[in-house]
Amino acid sequence: MAVIDRTDAPYDLDAGDLYERYRMMFLIRRFEEAAERQYKAARIGGYCHLSSGQEAATVGAVAALEDEDLLVTGYRCHGFALARGVPPEAVMAELFGRAHGCAHGRGGSMHLLDVDRGYYGGWGIVGGQLPIATGMALSLVRRGAEQAVLCELGDGAVNMGAWHESLNLAAVWNLPVVFLVINNLYGMGTSVDRASAETDLFKRAGSYRMEGERVDGDDIEAMEAASTRLLKAAREERRPAVLEALTYRYRGHSVADAGLAYRSREEIEEHRREDPLVRTRALLEARGVPAEGFAAMEAEAEVEVENAVAFAEADAPPSVDRLAAGVYTPGSEEQFERMRPGSPFGEAELVFAGGLGR
Amino acid sequence: MSGGSGVTAAPAPTGVGTMTYREALRLAMRQELERDDRVFVMGEEVGLFDGSYKVTAGLLDEFGPDRVRDTPISEEGFVGAGVGAAMLGERPIVEVMTLNFLLVAMDQVVNHAAKVGAMFGGEVRCPLVIRTPNGAGNQLTAQHSQSFDGWFAGTPGLKVVAPATPADAKGLLKAAIRDDDPVLVIENLPIYKEKGEVDLDPELLTPIGRAAVAREGGDLTIVSHSFATVRALHVAEKIADAHGVSVEVIDLRSLRPLDVETVAASVAKTNRALCVEEGWPSYGVSAELAARIQHACFDDLDAPVERVGMAEVPLPYAKELELAAMPTEDRIERAALRVLDLAA
Repeated sequence: MAVIDRTDAPYDLDAGDLYERYRMMFLIRRFEEAAERQYKAARIGGYCHLSSGQEAATVGAVAALEDEDLLVTGYRCHGFALARGVPPEAVMAELFGRAHGCAHGRGGSMHLLDVDRGYYGGWGIVGGQLPIATGMALSLVRRGAEQAVLCELGDGAVNMGAWHESLNLAAVWNLPVVFLVINNLYGMGTSVDRASAETDLFKRAGSYRMEGERVDGDDIEAMEAASTRLLKAAREERRPAVLEALTYRYRGHSVADAGLAYRSREEIEEHRREDPLVRTRALLEARGVPAEGFAAMEAEAEVEVENAVAFAEADAPPSVDRLAAGVYTPGSEEQFERMRPGSPFGEAELVFAGGLGR
Repeated sequence: MSGGSGVTAAPAPTGVGTMTYREALRLAMRQELERDDRVFVMGEEVGLFDGSYKVTAGLLDEFGPDRVRDTPISEEGFVGAGVGAAMLGERPIVEVMTLNFLLVAMDQVVNHAAKVGAMFGGEVRCPLVIRTPNGAGNQLTAQHSQSFDGWFAGTPGLKVVAPATPADAKGLLKAAIRDDDPVLVIENLPIYKEKGEVDLDPELLTPIGRAAVAREGGDLTIVSHSFATVRALHVAEKIADAHGVSVEVIDLRSLRPLDVETVAASVAKTNRALCVEEGWPSYGVSAELAARIQHACFDDLDAPVERVGMAEVPLPYAKELELAAMPTEDRIERAALRVLDLAA
């Protein structure tokens, strides 16, 4: 299996598709900016990891998914949820901890999900989602389905045991899973060269006789092309792969991190000059889409984000009497009914029927 | 998996057989593999090698490598793969060679499997079974002799069962496989060879969350699970003969959910309680039981609740040292006599 650096490979998207990708990238950028404002206004709690700067990598990879494919990600996941089609209202409501959040107010920023769209989370332990994505791919094989799993992770996850174990299992069992490494150069504040002995992360795939590719993750066309090719091979030939997307995160690790202790303002500015939105817009203009055509679309996206915030503000918090909903399967009440007396908290009350539904 | 529920009609019941605990587990798996093609077994050496402790012997020949899947030594990977497969509707039975090795997959068990139901608001379930033996007593020393039952039983989102008899090994494993939540089935190395009668009826399950009165008595309640129940029953018999007292043994069978009601009813009758476990008692199953019993039976107790467990040291190799650390029948007997005010 080859490991290939395709950072310069040419690929052309149809102008209509490119326009759609740009719209989504713009929406994600504005959404993240709104999320940061709302976090600083204390309407969003917990951790909040923004993805500004990574839009092309996110949108390009998700665009390559078929409807039936599955998506599993780490915790920097707002963009992935939006790109997969989760309504901005449901994402923002989740960040606000509201009842109509896409994870029912159970997850917040790190644990977005949408099962109907094949998005199985939003996981918060670095590397923990990899074995799960691998098991999902195993299930697809067991049922003979021609579907693939796209499993996103950060550059910080590639030194976890779960990474090595998952790649090995995927390769030894020929599972339809593509591991997308969003390499934004820093795992929290630790740069890739301080964390990884082999900084060409895609080459690690070679150790598992798996295809490994690296692309310029800020190039929407290259990103979508590589994702499409690898997902197709996974789907049709059960060939797992690693795709490393080189990109950059403009903001800190989370909203609480200014992002300047471990990198310079100059470095950030340098990357901003290669902004994926600016680059994508230039591609559109080169295809003859006039610059004035963007204004209305951008204004529309901004309204969409404003509406999402308004929706989240107006939405009710989840009902407290459903605190334990979903923890155990309906029918488990009977199993737990003898956990009393002497119970510190009354488990039977906490194990009531049902999930939350949609 | 061929779509739908995957469940096929069960064959007719075929009476009662005498078998070992190990064979009872195998019977349960064979029946469930036959019944439901979503069920598959996965773990180190479960196939070609016939299982490290031979629990899965013969299943590969019978069901093939897709249903009985050998894994690399990669617990975090394959336990997590079990979680992912279960989330899509498979019913994996993941064998982990011993409970000690489950520790390297702890993140997948506690941070992932246990969280699926709640994080997905009930939209996605995780019908995963993890089977693994605990226990000490074979000079396996510090890293291979541990019982962390309480860690898992203290984790919301998990269910934990620990059968003490072949009949319950079959019944609880089957109940675990059919359960829609992640269930840890804690087996035990010394018990694998214990024999007992097992009803072969494929539809006869042992309900999760129900303790059993393993022996009736009126003077003292010993509460135990897994191999400690085997020890407790021997002690009960011995002190009945030697001291003329009758000991009731409550076999918990499930640790989460915990059947406090049956324990409390027994202690309300006997007024004395001794909790026995194979693990370290500090912060352990017996600690939980003592708290529950004092709360439920405060006015019934004629003596402080006693506990017996593993001596709180990493297990040593030398036979004499290992024995000194174990919750032996001698130690259980001495504790029972203390609770009964019969100590010399």
